[in-house]
Amino acid sequence: MVRRIGISGNYAVAYAVKMADVDMIAAYPITPQTTIVEKLSEFVANGELDASYMNVESEHSAISACVGASLTGARVFTATSSQGLALMHEILFMASALRTPIVMANVNRALSAPLNIWNDHSDAMAQRDAGWIQLWVRSAQEAFDATVESFKIAEETRLPVMVNMDGFIVSHMYEPVELPDEEEIRKFIPSRPLENRVSTKRAHAVGVVGPPEYYYEMKYQAIDAIEESRPKIKEIDNDFNSRFGKSYSEIDTYGIEEADAALILMGSIFGSAKEVANALRRDGKNVGVISLRVFRPFPVQELRRAIEGIRAVGVVDRATSPGGSGNPLYNEVATALYDMPERPVIQGFVAGLGGRDIREDDFRLMYDATQKAAREGAGRCIYVGLRE
Amino acid sequence: MKCVKTTLKGWREIPEGGAITEPGSSVNFDVTAWRTSSPVIDQEKCTKCGMCFLYCPDSAIEIDETGNYRVNISYCKGCGICAKGCAPKAITMVKEGH
Ligand code: SF4
Ligand code: SF4
Repeated sequence: MVRRIGISGNYAVAYAVKMADVDMIAAYPITPQTTIVEKLSEFVANGELDASYMNVESEHSAISACVGASLTGARVFTATSSQGLALMHEILFMASALRTPIVMANVNRALSAPLNIWNDHSDAMAQRDAGWIQLWVRSAQEAFDATVESFKIAEETRLPVMVNMDGFIVSHMYEPVELPDEEEIRKFIPSRPLENRVSTKRAHAVGVVGPPEYYYEMKYQAIDAIEESRPKIKEIDNDFNSRFGKSYSEIDTYGIEEADAALILMGSIFGSAKEVANALRRDGKNVGVISLRVFRPFPVQELRRAIEGIRAVGVVDRATSPGGSGNPLYNEVATALYDMPERPVIQGFVAGLGGRDIREDDFRLMYDATQKAAREGAGRCIYVGLRE
Repeated sequence: MKCVKTTLKGWREIPEGGAITEPGSSVNFDVTAWRTSSPVIDQEKCTKCGMCFLYCPDSAIEIDETGNYRVNISYCKGCGICAKGCAPKAITMVKEGH
């Protein structure tokens, strides 16, 4: 039986992890992620979840512990934000190259300095090349569903998965969330023992030196694995849909069928973008929105299909790449669309850094500028709401 | 021991995650190209103390059937540790190509 309860995005993740029956949780608190591991510690302490709960001294240790535990075949989870994710940086690359199916919630928060605990996407964007699958959710329900799916995606692709959720806006917002029966979840992701790759029963070395004769080939395995994950992510979502009646595609669109201009964005601002698009459409402006749920592997074909017939797209980055040719999401989109025979013009925007709200007027400005770009060509990146 | 040079494996053949699943794979690895000088043992001066055998980080010093210490040049990286550790100074490092 499906239960409908009021919980925060963070708690939704914690419930998903509990129902996934993880074997090990590495915990280090950091705002705004803390209440995920806090809730999990409660589950473990009161006997609802039989898992080893490891308090570590830093995020670097948290992810290292996850790599080690995952190599033994355990199902593992950790959560982090911002500086914590940055501290994990070097181990993130090992997790993907060693093919450890770790699931991690990353509650998106700005990177220092100045110190800021609020939401933007700079933490995850700085880790985009680490070889992790990256999912982006927009509500507590999506956080729950994506976390459940992530365990299956991770274990079937043997790649780590990062579930990204906007700090505070999703993580601390209490919303009604439908929780299926724990038994049903366990049928979807059975606790099948993954192979123990560090058993003393046989000679087996992992984390070895890869000299120039081998590094390239070893690295390529992880590149191939993430390419191969594309159909698996779809398949797993179909399976999830047939069991729980919810489906999530790589990209979501709103009103793009007849649009001449559309915004492309990630995360919880999809809701506001839709509202404003709706208002503008009532005034006769043909605008729409595209939201990415999967950022790695980047949904190139899906985006190209969605974009057909649209004359201008505006890419909303909530992270920057100072001195770059564009900001992270802009660069991805521009590269994905570059060799389309009739590609749209692409206008870049930066908005909502360090928790700055993106308000109705900001969206209106972005839609207008994108429509203007359709007529006159794109200009330089617009830093929306920046005071001079 | 003879160094068995295997053909290099492609990415599809390497076990997942670059794991090494067979013991003793280092015997397949020839380090000749790393060396700029090689140890030459003067058997007249050698007291057969075995220090070079113990010190060599790559196990390149072997004992032949006559009981003499010899360098297996395929595994010698030319670090010179054996020469430093040899009390009677029986080992000389000779530059490659000389
Ligand atoms: S030079 Fe170094 S590697 Fe070569 S035999 Fe001596 S100790 Fe071993
Ligand atoms: S350390 Fe010198 S003396 Fe001792 S066995 Fe080796 S070569 Fe001979």
